Amino acid sequence: MSAPLAQAAAPAAPVFELLDVEKVYQVTRPAGFLRRETRGLAALDGVRLRVPGGSSTALVGESGSGKSTLLRVLLGLTRPTNGQALYRGRPIAEARAAAASGFTRDVAMIYQDARGSLNPRMAVADLVAEPLRHFGLCTAAELPARVAELLARVGLPGDVAQRYPAALSGGQVRRVAIARALAAEPSVLVADEAVSGLDVSTQAQLLNLLADLKESMGLTLLFITHDLGVASYLCERIAIMYLGRIVEAGPTNAVLEAPAHPYTAALRAASPQFFAPIAEPLPGEIPSPVDLPPGCRFASRCPRAEADCQGTDPALTSLSPGRTAACLHPLATGA
Amino acid sequence: MQTSTADPLLSVSGLTLHRGARRILDGVDLSLGRGETLALVGESGAGKSTIAVALMGLLRPSEARIEGRAELAGEGDLFGLPERRWSGLRGGRLAMVFQDAGAALNPCFTVGSQLTSVLRRKLGLGRAAARARAVELLDSVGINDAAARLSAYPHQLSGGMQQRVMVAIALACNPDLLFADEPTSALDVTIQAQIVRLILDQTRARGASCIFVLHDLALASQSCDRIVVLYAGQVMEAGSSAEVLKAPRHPYTRLLKSCVLEIGTARLEPPAGGVPPWEEMPAGCRFASRCPRALPRCAGEKPPLTQEGGRALACWNPE
Ligand SMILES: Nc1ncnc2c1ncn2[C@@H]1O[C@H](COP(=O)(O)OP(=O)(O)OP(=O)(O)O)[C@@H](O)[C@H]1O
Ligand SMILES: Nc1ncnc2c1ncn2[C@@H]1O[C@H](COP(=O)(O)OP(=O)(O)O)[C@@H](O)[C@H]1O
Ligand code: SF4
Ligand code: SF4
Ligand SMILES: [Mg+2]
Ligand SMILES: [Mg+2]
Repeated sequence: MSAPLAQAAAPAAPVFELLDVEKVYQVTRPAGFLRRETRGLAALDGVRLRVPGGSSTALVGESGSGKSTLLRVLLGLTRPTNGQALYRGRPIAEARAAAASGFTRDVAMIYQDARGSLNPRMAVADLVAEPLRHFGLCTAAELPARVAELLARVGLPGDVAQRYPAALSGGQVRRVAIARALAAEPSVLVADEAVSGLDVSTQAQLLNLLADLKESMGLTLLFITHDLGVASYLCERIAIMYLGRIVEAGPTNAVLEAPAHPYTAALRAASPQFFAPIAEPLPGEIPSPVDLPPGCRFASRCPRAEADCQGTDPALTSLSPGRTAACLHPLATGA
Repeated sequence: MQTSTADPLLSVSGLTLHRGARRILDGVDLSLGRGETLALVGESGAGKSTIAVALMGLLRPSEARIEGRAELAGEGDLFGLPERRWSGLRGGRLAMVFQDAGAALNPCFTVGSQLTSVLRRKLGLGRAAARARAVELLDSVGINDAAARLSAYPHQLSGGMQQRVMVAIALACNPDLLFADEPTSALDVTIQAQIVRLILDQTRARGASCIFVLHDLALASQSCDRIVVLYAGQVMEAGSSAEVLKAPRHPYTRLLKSCVLEIGTARLEPPAGGVPPWEEMPAGCRFASRCPRALPRCAGEKPPLTQEGGRALACWNPE
């Protein structure tokens, strides 16, 4: 990192940049006798995120916090209601539409439901060959060798090529999904709970595979998970979401060792740890995203809440270089 | 495993279960004292859920052939009971919480009617008494504004809330033994901690026992007194969860433990491969095809489950 004066000679734009992104869904719900009302639900409510090339970021947060919506915005599958979502300095929707930008080839996605994302009537070899053909990445003669190479790279035995998804285990199906994602030689890999629900040994194998690919291909990685161990193993940076906001972000191990935001601290305490007593659960319930309280949205469950938290909505502010949190009374981080 | 407790509630011996030609469970022994919590752990296909549904009497003879005994205190061998008696036990002395509460609750009925129908059917309560008890139960599992929630349908509740309702239904008749089959693996960590705490607090308060099916060894160490490590239908190692997990002696327990990620883990070294398909399962120790300590005899000869100092171990060449 060189001089702060570098602003004029702009450094390469980050792969992704979200500037105060809001995504509001209109939801209708009953409002008294025979009446329905339409309300805005802010699935994303002012999200700022920078994903530099070659970085790895874990997105963590409980269900409904907006992780999947954030991914949809990054992939250009939905437009933000407000704010800007940029891919290499250019609005994502525009980049996605412009064939020349190479967006669809450059950004690959591994879905949570890997089996559901694969056509059950196609053999593994064809599933992996599909993106190679689609992007015209090799000649028909080169195809079998390239497919074999990709399968080997994700640790699948060659005989898997002729099988159909139904004849593969959960771990093998995820490997096929990864091979397909890598076929287009992307520089960005986005994954939604890509290793959850797998046996620990399979999960460990896949995490090592992803870590090695990140290293050897210089991939930029964005990884949604609710397992803090997975986040710490795979990603240098972490962003914690709560009800449509990023409430804390920074280097993964620093954040998890000394969380600044009380919600991060609660996640840390709730995550399983050998022989420790089970954490005292957070009190209260998550507020409904259509009826957010004024002030801090975590206040109803926060053990550190004070009077001002009910009235002031804390913004994400810098605590120390590289670390930000949205809290009026953050915990000491020792930094 | 012989019981290590003075006051046994359940003792299972030689439980073998066939589905067609496959021996899904192969001579499983386990026992559980009153008020104890036991974790069943092992990779997918180990037979953890099969043990739970077999002990709940949920398998028809046409689906599975069962050998062995399961003594429940005051009841005798469960596998010798007529179906009439089983249906009295289920939802009575024996109860179960499933992994996916959303699928286990009936979407067409309100939470209140699902809860009160259990209370009326099993405890013979009248309408008003059942309703009052239902409110108490929902309140005890941490559902705010319980009276109003009685009229909610399952889809109107979050996943964590649905699982709380399942726990309330399971506890409605004060069971002696609660099975919780991965009750939290569909939930986030904060909700997971809440639900596990809830199940432990509620079963402890009633002096009931609990069998948890878990895939997270760290969570097992936090929540269960004892642990049974299963692999492809065979018990590999069992004992107090503190002893087994602090100093595993079985190569498979070691493998499982070596794959656990904690915050700050530097490098995992998982062995390649996984559980073999049933057609390729070794006849002796089923772990032989993946075991780093396998001896020539292991694949052909099944090691007996031997007892020593409250721990059980099935291995020809333990650490
Ligand atoms: N209805 C069924 N018909 C045939 N085989 C079955 C059936 N249910 C389970 N099995 C088989 O029995 C074995 C044990 O399955 P079980 O569901 O008990 O495993 P488990 O330990 O609970 O695994 P998981 O961690 O995936 O839940 C597996 O090989 C499984 O494929
Ligand atoms: N298409 C949609 N219409 C209305 N509400 C939605 C839609 N998609 C998501 N939401 C709501 O937006 C919020 C965030 O959802 P999501 O991004 O899926 O969160 P996560 O992936 O973190 O669980 C939730 O309250 C969810 O119910
Ligand atoms: S601003 Fe207040 S309520 Fe919100 S997280 Fe910080 S201390 Fe808690
Ligand atoms: S019996 Fe043999 S194969 Fe089985 S765990 Fe022990 S050493 Fe390994
Ligand atoms: Mg999601
Ligand atoms: Mg199961």
